[in-house]
Amino acid sequence: MAAHIVGKKTYFGIFGALMVLTAVTVWVANFDLGRWNAVAALTIAVVKGTLVVLYFMHVRYSSRLTWVFVSSGLIWLIVLIALTLGDYMTRGWVKIAQ
Amino acid sequence: MESEVQNKAPRTHYINARYGLKSWLFTIDHKRIALLYLASITFFFFLGGLFAVLIRLELLTPKGDLVQAETYNRFFTMHGVVMVFFFLIPAIPATLGNFLIPLMIGARDLAFPRLNLLSWYIYVVGAVFTLIAIVGGGVDTGWTFYTPYSTTYSNGNVLLTGIGIFITGFSSILTGLNFIVTIHTMRAPGLSWFRLPLFVWSHYATSLIMVLGTPVIAITILLLAFERIAHVGIFDPKLGGDPVLFQHLFWFYSHPAVYIMVLPAMGVISELVANMTRKNIFGYKFVALASIAIAIFGFLVWGHHMFVSTQSVYAGMIFSILSYAVAIPSAVKTFNWTATLYKGSISYNTPMLYAFGFIGFFIIGGMTGLFLAALGLDIHVHDTYFVVAHFHYIMVGGTIMGYLGGLHYWWPKISGRMYPEGWARFAALVIFVGFNLTFFPQFLLGYQGMPRRYYAYPDEFQVLNVMSSAGASILGVGYLIPMVYLFWSMRYGPKAGSNPWGAFGLEWRTSSPPPTENFKVTPVVTWEAYEFSPVEETEVIDISTP
Repeated sequence: MAAHIVGKKTYFGIFGALMVLTAVTVWVANFDLGRWNAVAALTIAVVKGTLVVLYFMHVRYSSRLTWVFVSSGLIWLIVLIALTLGDYMTRGWVKIAQ
Repeated sequence: MESEVQNKAPRTHYINARYGLKSWLFTIDHKRIALLYLASITFFFFLGGLFAVLIRLELLTPKGDLVQAETYNRFFTMHGVVMVFFFLIPAIPATLGNFLIPLMIGARDLAFPRLNLLSWYIYVVGAVFTLIAIVGGGVDTGWTFYTPYSTTYSNGNVLLTGIGIFITGFSSILTGLNFIVTIHTMRAPGLSWFRLPLFVWSHYATSLIMVLGTPVIAITILLLAFERIAHVGIFDPKLGGDPVLFQHLFWFYSHPAVYIMVLPAMGVISELVANMTRKNIFGYKFVALASIAIAIFGFLVWGHHMFVSTQSVYAGMIFSILSYAVAIPSAVKTFNWTATLYKGSISYNTPMLYAFGFIGFFIIGGMTGLFLAALGLDIHVHDTYFVVAHFHYIMVGGTIMGYLGGLHYWWPKISGRMYPEGWARFAALVIFVGFNLTFFPQFLLGYQGMPRRYYAYPDEFQVLNVMSSAGASILGVGYLIPMVYLFWSMRYGPKAGSNPWGAFGLEWRTSSPPPTENFKVTPVVTWEAYEFSPVEETEVIDISTP
């Protein structure tokens, strides 16, 4: 399979986007959003990570099999977080008699 | 005249193709790299065994009279660390897997031969760090490195050992990656997925676990180091951390790691059962897909190690149910192996004896795993010798039986020589007896309440402990015998033909030992898996074979 050639313009565009998003992260840190602090930081981080994976790691131009493996890594991460949080979020459900 | 001289010249194969230390240390031949791993893991097997000897010597008597408690802690930790990370995990994939996968799929090498050599070097570097930690006084946390003891209180070489394991993990990841790419892209023409040997299927499943799970243990070790060095509160409650978080992260990798150890052994057993009964495996597709199911389910059960931590009882229930679920694909394999035996033309030679041993041990180890998956019963036997016996039945009774069975079965292919069958059967019997005598009493000890990781115990436990120590000495002798005769056979064993077992599979269609390029002509597969037929068996693809 021939490798897809990505133009310099795309790379510089993604680099610019990453820099802008970094600036946004710093800017958002100036505001106290309460419980949304983490949501805002993580959303920006996920967008940045996705750009890196899609363009710098060439996944966007790769085969479906590569997509399956990239997705499985993500699914495994979700399993790790979901089952671990399943413990933390249900600990208070049992009322201990005083 | 000239052609006669050529015929008498020794055939060139991967062992005699090049000579000298450099030819081994810089080789990119998967078969030679497999032998580099074989030598390395054998060293670690006997090093880990040495610590086991010291543990069993201490436990001969109820009082802690041979060593201090602190020294004993170091013995069982180093036994666990060495055996798990430097022997059991690489045991079958890095040796037999490395040697056989390209041969079994009709390829000349793995997809990334240089990466394969790099994997071995990474393993060696990790091993050196751990050896320095051992020589420098060892580590006393148990192979599980539970926090906050490991991050705050332990005065052992936690960081050095952790670095060793961290580095070695990359060797595992790269090997898994190499196998996945190889199996996807380098299969011979006609070798579709459901024509693959079950050994390859099980290694594919194992590789998925290696690639998806190992990074998590690496991150966990980094976090542990971060807390120990910089005192950042991650796991230590005093610093605002949570020790149970460590257990979640640790077992997310370390439970599936058990399947990294046992899935390749299952692949070996599938090959042995099919070829030694001369039948296709009963329910081939189910056995193949059961490997993938075990790899996936294996990632969903880690919380059963944490029933008596502060883990939520509701999470415990989910993990308990999921742990029962993993028994289903395991049972599919076991039932299908035994069903294959029915009306088979069974050979009772050494590899098959190991296969029988594996099936028996795996059933006992697996069934007692269900005891431990039960929330209520686990509270009684948690952290007792019952657990120790259970996981040794899987990891030693399972993995090592599979490893030795496979080593004997493919020894003629690896070395070009036959081993002495009488001695080999005797050793298999000694190992079977020694193993049961070592570990079955530990089920009873645990059920009666003897905790693990203690160097002293009440007098009433002595008889069972003496039985266990006696069994361990028999087991030790059993492991030494193959070491001696396999070395002997490399020089003095009778020469093996291309296919001494009349077995099925591409690896038996090239000469023994194979040439560096494996096959002179790329094989074209026109047959189904384990399709035994006398005509096909006689066809050898390596045309250079005299």
